[in-house]
Amino acid sequence: MREKILKAIEKNSRIDLKELAIMLGEEEINVVNEIAAMEAEGIICGYHTLIDWEKTSIEKVSALIEVRVTPQRGQGFDTIAERIYKYPEVNSVYLISGGYDLLVSLEGKSLKEVSNFVSDKLSTLDTVLSTATHFILKKYKDHGTVLAKKYVDERLKMTP
Amino acid sequence: MRNPLSNKITTIKPSGIRKFFDIVSEMEDAISLGVGEPDFDTPWHIRDEGIYSLEKGKTFYTSNAGLKELRQEICNYYGRKQGVVYNPMTETLVTVGGSEGIDLALRCMLNPGDEVIIPTPCYVSYEPCTVMADGVPVILPLKNENQFRLTPEELEGAITEKTKILILAFPNNPTGAIMEKSDLEALVPIIEKHDLMVISDEIYSELSYKSKHVSICSLPGMKERTIVINGFSKAYAMTGWRLGYALGPELVIKQMIKLHQFAIMCAPTTSQYAAIEALKNGDDDVVEMTEAYNQRRRFLMNEFKEMNLPCFEPFGAFYVFPCIKEFGMTSEEFALKFLEEEKVAVVPGTAFGDCGEGFLRISYAYSIDDLKVAIGRLKDFVEKLRAEK
Repeated sequence: MREKILKAIEKNSRIDLKELAIMLGEEEINVVNEIAAMEAEGIICGYHTLIDWEKTSIEKVSALIEVRVTPQRGQGFDTIAERIYKYPEVNSVYLISGGYDLLVSLEGKSLKEVSNFVSDKLSTLDTVLSTATHFILKKYKDHGTVLAKKYVDERLKMTP
Repeated sequence: MRNPLSNKITTIKPSGIRKFFDIVSEMEDAISLGVGEPDFDTPWHIRDEGIYSLEKGKTFYTSNAGLKELRQEICNYYGRKQGVVYNPMTETLVTVGGSEGIDLALRCMLNPGDEVIIPTPCYVSYEPCTVMADGVPVILPLKNENQFRLTPEELEGAITEKTKILILAFPNNPTGAIMEKSDLEALVPIIEKHDLMVISDEIYSELSYKSKHVSICSLPGMKERTIVINGFSKAYAMTGWRLGYALGPELVIKQMIKLHQFAIMCAPTTSQYAAIEALKNGDDDVVEMTEAYNQRRRFLMNEFKEMNLPCFEPFGAFYVFPCIKEFGMTSEEFALKFLEEEKVAVVPGTAFGDCGEGFLRISYAYSIDDLKVAIGRLKDFVEKLRAEK
């Protein structure tokens, strides 16, 4: 049941729980309890909204930053990752296999704000060896949802 | 000028869905619950293989029976799902959709006057294809109280000494009914006693929600008597690719290949390459889509319960078949009024045989959000009708 609940609410966290229970063929109380348990266990960490900021009048710039760092003895990458994720403007921090170590995504009001963060705060950290900043120009698909195009039902309206 | 038409073709009625289709197509703002195909796109990795085959220049005919690798994968699939071993070289034919397989099987097995038992409500092609193959359709109306399953008594009652073929189409379009293993087992002695052949149309086999689909070909003694018709349209959301297949005894398949060779040459090459990918790596897609259908099915059943609209619980395909007899209208009248007043298109049960009178076919090959809007309107409509009474 957990997997099915998670799959459903990952796509639609606002789903009516009574309705979800019907669709899964479960009792509503069981679904509610299961979700509460998963919240307590930290499996469900939050409920977010997918926003296409492009369509609003609010200016936002997002960037992905590749960071190469020197891992510290006894702590690996955890300490430096923590230093970085504590900045509120940072959205996510991932440890990455391959050509660099950490992938940091962040949002700012303007290009300048983002570049200031990188040059003033990120690059100056002791263990950071280098950074490469990629600004996101357009989001086609985010969290499994296509933002660029609207779904059109092209099927014949009636078929046997 | 002489009449250019054959007598046979002019006796065949046009599909009952046609009339509604024309009305719905004119109504720009109508929403529809009338489609018989998945709302999902073909999974990308399958489409990608089709595209790749074109890039590689795989644009020629394949062998008449279909690509050997595809036939092998089809046999693997029936081995995996039903535990029945078919020979890809002699017992397998790749067709243009399941529809072609039905037509071929009937034309290769019927002599003039042979009777074909067609349990209804059912898909629209069995009856006309039987007539075109010089057979005599024997319509066997199934009952709501049996959840539209075929019982041994009903079968026995329809058999005459001229009966040659029984058509079994489960999971069923339009009712959503299934036949479980025990239901099928009860039919086998009768089929054997009267020496019948079975055309088992299993195009919806993957969309079974109660238990895994059991094919009658897997029951003892039935492989030799069964022509299995299946395809890629419903399970892999590949309707437009037009690809299906037939499995059966060499004696029959050999003749079907011959006819297919003259009539069709071979199924579309691009589709065949895509289908190999579907069978090899498509299991997860099928599971995911089936789960989505099942959730919608439960949602609809609950909505019917809440609006007090009688509907047996269907465990297959993507249709529900609620009963609207209480409103004192024919299915067609109901569907027409519903379309005019609420702008929602559903298919009257009678499009699938006379015994569909008093029922509607509602498809759930739509997103939950679309279903909610449409069912909301059905609720309003039903309440209005009840208030008028």
